[in-house]
Amino acid sequence: MSNEKKFIVSHAPFWHDGSSISERSYHTMLAAMPAVLFGLIQYGIPALAVISLSISTAIIWELIINKITKLPNTIGDGNAALMGLVFGMMMPATLPWWIVATGTFIAVVIGKYIFGGIGSNAFHPVVVSITILLISWNSYFDFDNALVNYDFGFPAVFPLGALKAFGTGSIHGFSLSGLLMGQQVGAIGSTFGLGLIIGGIYLILRGFIRWEISISFLAGMFLAAMIFNMANPEKFAGPFFHILTGYSLIGAFFLATEDSSSPVNCIPMLIYGAGAGILTVLIRNIGAYVDGVLYAILIMNLVNPLLDKIRPKAIGKVA
Amino acid sequence: MIKRPFIRLSKPRIQYALLGVKVMEPQEIPLPGIVTLLLDSPLIRKDIPFKVGDAVKTGQKLSIAGEGGPYVISSVTGTISAISPFYGDYGRVCTAISIKTGRKEELDKDFAAKSQGATLDTAAEFLGFTPGAPCFAAFRDPDKAIHTIVVFGGNTDLMIATNQYAIKSRIEDIGHGISILKQITGIEKIVIAVPRDLVPGFGHVGAELKGVDLSYPSAHPKMIMERELKLTVPAGKNCEDMGVVFMSAEAVASIGKAFSTGEIPHKKILTLVKKDGTQQLISARIGTPMGDVFSACGVSLNEKDRLIIGGPLTGSSIYSEDYPVGIDTDAVVVQDKADISLVSDYPCINCGECVRICPAKIPVNMLVRYLEAGHYEQAADEYDLYSCIDCGLCSFVCVSKIPVFQYIRLAKHELGRLNAAEATNE
Repeated sequence: MSNEKKFIVSHAPFWHDGSSISERSYHTMLAAMPAVLFGLIQYGIPALAVISLSISTAIIWELIINKITKLPNTIGDGNAALMGLVFGMMMPATLPWWIVATGTFIAVVIGKYIFGGIGSNAFHPVVVSITILLISWNSYFDFDNALVNYDFGFPAVFPLGALKAFGTGSIHGFSLSGLLMGQQVGAIGSTFGLGLIIGGIYLILRGFIRWEISISFLAGMFLAAMIFNMANPEKFAGPFFHILTGYSLIGAFFLATEDSSSPVNCIPMLIYGAGAGILTVLIRNIGAYVDGVLYAILIMNLVNPLLDKIRPKAIGKVA
Repeated sequence: MIKRPFIRLSKPRIQYALLGVKVMEPQEIPLPGIVTLLLDSPLIRKDIPFKVGDAVKTGQKLSIAGEGGPYVISSVTGTISAISPFYGDYGRVCTAISIKTGRKEELDKDFAAKSQGATLDTAAEFLGFTPGAPCFAAFRDPDKAIHTIVVFGGNTDLMIATNQYAIKSRIEDIGHGISILKQITGIEKIVIAVPRDLVPGFGHVGAELKGVDLSYPSAHPKMIMERELKLTVPAGKNCEDMGVVFMSAEAVASIGKAFSTGEIPHKKILTLVKKDGTQQLISARIGTPMGDVFSACGVSLNEKDRLIIGGPLTGSSIYSEDYPVGIDTDAVVVQDKADISLVSDYPCINCGECVRICPAKIPVNMLVRYLEAGHYEQAADEYDLYSCIDCGLCSFVCVSKIPVFQYIRLAKHELGRLNAAEATNE
């Protein structure tokens, strides 16, 4: 027996289509690049500092938690880096370092690992983290104050903030093409609409996110905003304005589509996406907060397990 | 190996390959020095009516538990050189009978004498160990009212050309086999299912023709039942419970050939898939060690390669070149160690790829969570474990590389054992 060749024995199937978690993470990061690069050009070195710090601290928190829990090192799968990048994209460029480090700690440790690690988080970790930060240090997230020292060459007011405070009369200065091209004040990676859309289309075409969620999110938002706008054009902005401002596009393509906190069956995906879109507009228009994307996604994350019970009947299922 | 396409909006379609118009002839493997026949019964020495050193003829029946028990048919003339226990996958226990081949071939006359008037008993008594593995048990089971026989001229798994070859080149044997089957079982409804593009090539062989879609896993018996016969097999039942028996084209050809010549066929056609993905048809005596097949076809094996009996999605890997060609071995796939993708212990990330590709519409993402935790009964009750048709696609597309298919098979096996144990206790 000793001179016999040893073969690898394992269970079927013996083929694999070659997909992997790291591939998904790195390609999602690639898709975010247009928006991130635009943010870096717009806001300069402070934005680079925030993004670099958020990615690196997210990886460090994951490494630390790997060591503490004595689990295998998982930073290579790119999930922590992706979370860091998405977190950074949603921060104002002038955020102090300690909020960034705290935020990634909340995202990686509380948002992800407390729930059981990758695949087990009930809520999008980054959304959890940012909502906690928003409640804790609200003043740092006032984009008008945070970016007061910049000179952009376009109205330096946060569009949603202006809309909330003064109605549609205050937003005539924003053209839709300007918003699409990123001529607005906001977070580092969430203002360049065109870049986010290009990234989203890339992710959809490559099959890394489910188009049902993104499209129904935008459709739900569009419909709800349109109804509000028709009811009272003085007070409520039109659908395109809502889609191109705040966290809408980053929410549609990078937040709502997170694997573990979103449904997988077709009808639940549509309900989930549309629900998040409609809730966003409801919160923005009649709620207390300026931007509703984060809370809308958290609420839909919460109902996701229930939604995913709507599923096709398996073949041969009795009764 | 099929990889994920660059652009992937919808779920991937994996196609069965068709044989070309010009049918390639199988390569004949020289008579091996030793053959090993696997008898589906545990080894109980006192029951065995033959012993090491006995002479056997080609076509001779070797049976363990007397008349009507499991048996093998010797594929060579020679002397029995070893009788040993053999353990297969999922608790399969066999007796391996090795026969050293002699110089001169002699044919056993037992079947020839009985093959004049074909009866179900004769078929069950002699043809259960012929290429293609025809099974006659369902016809003799009073609990099962069989009304349809489906002769399938394709293979369930990918890359396998064995049954396509049988239906293309042995249509006369199949036609004869079908008339024998009608005669001995009294069943009038016989359906020939072939890959859709092959349908125009068939004349009248005394059976209804159905074309089967070319995308995997349309050729799975339960999918053929669902899509072509419009009969849904309830979860936990099999096709025979629904009155349908599936036979491979090769098995029917074996039956036809046996009754027309009076000789029990002893050569198995199998598809060899080499490391570079090329296919080759092989004709070998049943029981030929795989090593003989590889050396005859110039396949060189290295340490840590993988040998797979059956197809790439549902086959089973073997650990030794001594593993014999069996009556149901339709293919052997050789995989280079560089092409082997290993499973991982990552958790499910809920991406939903498996849910979307599952042909049985099982919520695989939920199922696998229960299976990982060992809650098999709950998995069967709430998450459709028994609707699974064993196609292996969920593992194929799994981003986390979870051995989903292995979990499913293990769960079914364990539940089967539990149920069997409960039935004995009652």
